[in-house]
Amino acid sequence: MSDLEAFRSETRAWLEANYPPSLNEPMAEDDAPWGGRNYRPSNPDAKLWLERMGAKGWTAPMWPTQYSGGGLSADENRVLTQELTRIKARPALMSFGVWMLGPVLLEYANEEQKQKFLPPIVRGEIRWCQGYSEPGAGSDLAGLQTRCEDQGDHYLINGQKVWTSYADQADWIFCLVRTDTSKKHEGISFLLFDMKTPGVEARPIKLISGSSPFCETFFDNVKVPKDQLVGKLNGGWDIAKRLLQYERQNISAGGFGGGAGLEIEEAAKQFVGIEAGKLADTDLRTRIAAHKMDAKAFALTVRRAEAESKASRGPSAATSIIKYAAAKLNQDKCELMVEAMGTQGLGWEGEGFDPEGLKATRAWLRSKGNSIEGGTSEVNLNVVAKRVLGLLDHQ
Amino acid sequence: MALLTEEQVMLKDAAKGWVGERSPVSALRKLRDTDVDVAFDKAAWAEMGQMGWTGVIVPEAHGGSEFGYRSLGLVLEETGRTLVNSPLITTALFAASALTRGGSAAQKDAWLGKIAEAGAVIAPALDEQAHHHPARVALTAKKDGAGYVLDGKKVFVLDAMAADAFIVSARTSGQSGEEAGVTLFLVPADTAGIARTRLKTADSRGAGDVTFTGVKVSADAVLGAVDQGFGLLESVLDRTRAGLAAEMLGQASQAFEITLDYLKTRTQFGQLIGTFQALQHRAAKMFTELEMTRSCVEAALDAIDSNANDVRALCSLAKAKASETVHLVSNEMVQMHGGIGMTDAHDAGLYMKRARTSEALFGSASFHRDRYATLMGF
Repeated sequence: MSDLEAFRSETRAWLEANYPPSLNEPMAEDDAPWGGRNYRPSNPDAKLWLERMGAKGWTAPMWPTQYSGGGLSADENRVLTQELTRIKARPALMSFGVWMLGPVLLEYANEEQKQKFLPPIVRGEIRWCQGYSEPGAGSDLAGLQTRCEDQGDHYLINGQKVWTSYADQADWIFCLVRTDTSKKHEGISFLLFDMKTPGVEARPIKLISGSSPFCETFFDNVKVPKDQLVGKLNGGWDIAKRLLQYERQNISAGGFGGGAGLEIEEAAKQFVGIEAGKLADTDLRTRIAAHKMDAKAFALTVRRAEAESKASRGPSAATSIIKYAAAKLNQDKCELMVEAMGTQGLGWEGEGFDPEGLKATRAWLRSKGNSIEGGTSEVNLNVVAKRVLGLLDHQ
Repeated sequence: MALLTEEQVMLKDAAKGWVGERSPVSALRKLRDTDVDVAFDKAAWAEMGQMGWTGVIVPEAHGGSEFGYRSLGLVLEETGRTLVNSPLITTALFAASALTRGGSAAQKDAWLGKIAEAGAVIAPALDEQAHHHPARVALTAKKDGAGYVLDGKKVFVLDAMAADAFIVSARTSGQSGEEAGVTLFLVPADTAGIARTRLKTADSRGAGDVTFTGVKVSADAVLGAVDQGFGLLESVLDRTRAGLAAEMLGQASQAFEITLDYLKTRTQFGQLIGTFQALQHRAAKMFTELEMTRSCVEAALDAIDSNANDVRALCSLAKAKASETVHLVSNEMVQMHGGIGMTDAHDAGLYMKRARTSEALFGSASFHRDRYATLMGF
């Protein structure tokens, strides 16, 4: 038996012994494994699963074991993913710490910071939020104004962030702050601090979908220890950009969620009906077919980009278009789903609507953010035009 | 998704080199401006045979290299880039595939070796009306002693004027529109009763209408099984669609690159026009579509080579995406070039004309969207 097959059978045995059977039930909303100090799932086994996976380092399978990661090779990680998929395991941990912060800490943080911050991310003990956008700095992120002043033995933060995902539930924040007002990109620093620090306030923003995944976050004379600066003072923009790459990569790997479980064509069959073996609404049928073909083309492109990146040990040209394409695709899908459901896709809550229909309505509204968050589609097209196609800035 | 082997990279590079040197777009322009029946350069076709391009999917036993559809796709992508007129699609792809998959031993012996050395042109004669619809076959093949008599008309037959033989879809039973009752025949072009009329098409690719009047053929002219030819035809059409999609990917890629160069050189308002965001975003969207199309084309060709069970859906996907993309890019090529793009002296018009023909051949995007939906069960 090859080492990899041995790893597979060990993994399979371990999962059999450690995956709580109660997690095979549908996941309640508050079970979503974001971890952190406030994580209290209605099914306690969700927390048990997180603890077991965290102890093995398999919540961050490829991070080095010295920081409590799993230390797996790419091949072993693939086997682990396959085995988790095979038993349809719920994710043990959903985490901005694992997806975004950890990879840049591994690259830019000093040894002391890695020892301090990485293990609690792996174990899901600290939930992180992302302090990037500001009211005056969205697409033009480097225009951010949150001030950070050197007070000798500490930094003093004043300002406001917006679209901070789950800031009201997060434990710590990774935050872009302005440390030099005379420069733009070269005046930004990358800072970590506890959301319980006096002067930090997070207020949820209610979205058109009715949910509140984002907050406005205010900083009023927030004191931050100086050893919580990552990288060099005024050197935060490179770290910020690298982190955005991980954010977009993560979006491209998983695509956008938010779709109802039902396939569009199944919804259409149910609500539109079939005539002579075809959907009765031929115009809708064609548009669903076109969308399904785009979705297939996208899936094939993600696979090709992965294979080419692996072979060339660098990003494939196809990688650059994935965030833009994924956003458009999910929005098209949500629009078509609501359309296919007719008035059943237009309920808000309560009687008279089935749960799939209500989910579709919310997912459709939520999907409008896909082309705004993580870099607007327009910014992504700018990036492709300039970095991939070599077109120049307008003078 | 399979990455290219070393041999495939060499084949692609060789094709790129030959096309640039031997058959740039000016070669098509020259053919167009010379009033001849055969719309390709016979010497160039012979060279394609010598380089092994015409035998890429021909079995080794018949003088080919049996190198696979993905490999042939690499050649077609490169010949697509400069709009090379040649019988690669009709002969090296459709006919080689049909003979390999359905030909009798005698048919294979007679024709596959010739294909591998570019010694014959074999044209598929399938459609009878302005839109591709392989089951709408009204041309009849009536039993006549041991053989058959063919009567009917085929339109827009590629390479009709150059063909040494035709692969003809004929109705041996049932009604036009039915899949059952379609039979394929391999008929030498000089058989009595065959008349061909040259078509002068917008894209200058060689085509003609072919009329069959009391054309007597023997029973061994049947390619595949009598009345059961549709399955073979569809499998060969799918392979042809995927290969044509590779050619269209080449057409679209080259049209895009020429346009991108123009955005980087043309100045208006004291600026390179490529600095205008309105054009940058359209360029980035075209790039996105090209990347998507490439994934579909490669997946379809790989699926054929690995005998995967989703060949049909992937070939429809590849042809539909390639059609949409080459349509978009060829239109943008004209628009972004402005006035110069409207002139005959510029190549933009040639790319747009070729694009429309390629889009229509073997099923338009709407044909394949319909087929895809049917294959997916809705």
